[in-house]
Amino acid sequence: MKVNAVNLTETEYVLPGNRTCPGCALTLAYRHILKALDGQVIVTVPASCLTVLHGMYPITSVNVPCVNTPFASTGASATGLVAGLRATGRKEITVLAMAGDGGTHDIGIQSLSGAAERQEDFIYICYDNEGYMNTGNQRSGSTPLGAITGTTPILGKRQNPKDIAAIMEAHCLPYIATSNSSYPLDLYEKVRKAKEIKGTRFIHVFAPCAPGWQFPYSDTIKIGQLAVETGLVVLYEVENGIFRLTSASESLARKGNLKPVREYLAKQGRFKNIAEEQISQLQDWVNTRWECYIDRATNF
Amino acid sequence: MRTRDCKHICDESSPAIGEAGKTGEWRSLTPVIHHNKCIPAKQKKQSCFLCWLYCPDAIIKKTIPIQINLEYCKGCGICVQVCPAKAITMA
Repeated sequence: MKVNAVNLTETEYVLPGNRTCPGCALTLAYRHILKALDGQVIVTVPASCLTVLHGMYPITSVNVPCVNTPFASTGASATGLVAGLRATGRKEITVLAMAGDGGTHDIGIQSLSGAAERQEDFIYICYDNEGYMNTGNQRSGSTPLGAITGTTPILGKRQNPKDIAAIMEAHCLPYIATSNSSYPLDLYEKVRKAKEIKGTRFIHVFAPCAPGWQFPYSDTIKIGQLAVETGLVVLYEVENGIFRLTSASESLARKGNLKPVREYLAKQGRFKNIAEEQISQLQDWVNTRWECYIDRATNF
Repeated sequence: MRTRDCKHICDESSPAIGEAGKTGEWRSLTPVIHHNKCIPAKQKKQSCFLCWLYCPDAIIKKTIPIQINLEYCKGCGICVQVCPAKAITMA
């Protein structure tokens, strides 16, 4: 049965009254990730907005067990949890390592790469809000070209972000997917699928950040959808090497008309100083990537 | 600090609603739902529920008619944007 808003479970694992900003895409994504895992999960979280969501001692706003781990050791911590569960014979519990883009692209990449190489049995989710939002919007390895951040305050970032899903694909993982918090059902289905697979599974979740990207709180969903419609974010999954476009990206590929990147940039304050040549550079980058994905896709 | 049944000391947090206090106080605009336009209320059956699906803080209840928990609603306005029937407004 296909999941929709009507038949999706009502059990909530992220409780109201938590510490995240209004309109937080991470909270929305996390809500559906935990629903997909039925709460049968141990989460390990490095320093990130997710630690803020989990709350301050002695209260937490999340209804599942969670380990707070140092920034660089998410993969190692998940490996330890998997070993512990294996030793005590608890097979029904999934280990979920969830880190931000800083904790995945930059600081946490070596422990993640090590764990992926050992094919440890856990799900790794990177929620990508394109900067170190928790500490004041510093530039990260995933910040796009031209974005103003705390550490690139005037001209904006001058490099394109790194493609973390491609890096993880080079580790020969059984399941890699990209998703977007603006498509919660797509995210739900991918996490559900990942749960049934053994080995290291990697999901990259795009999560717009209203205060950091400088757009109104209410536009979180719209910005996320626009990112897909302009081709900056492509939703796909790679299952045992077979590449498929999914949900909105699949229908875009069938229709074959991406919106211009300019439309997405104009909605956000962080791109206010972007130069014309940077826009065309960004558009070229998007077009090249999109063509590569179309060539690879096996499902149309 | 607490002590478990096995006599080990632990310092786990316990889950509770309202970890950051009454987050409804953060709100500047309040969502108002118009049940005469809301699809589940009009059809009197389980349908739509997009506001429930997209609400980051899980403060909308999937009942007929839909209920919004204003004690914890941060007032982001996502529900207004995603409602296909334009049944929610910010006031």
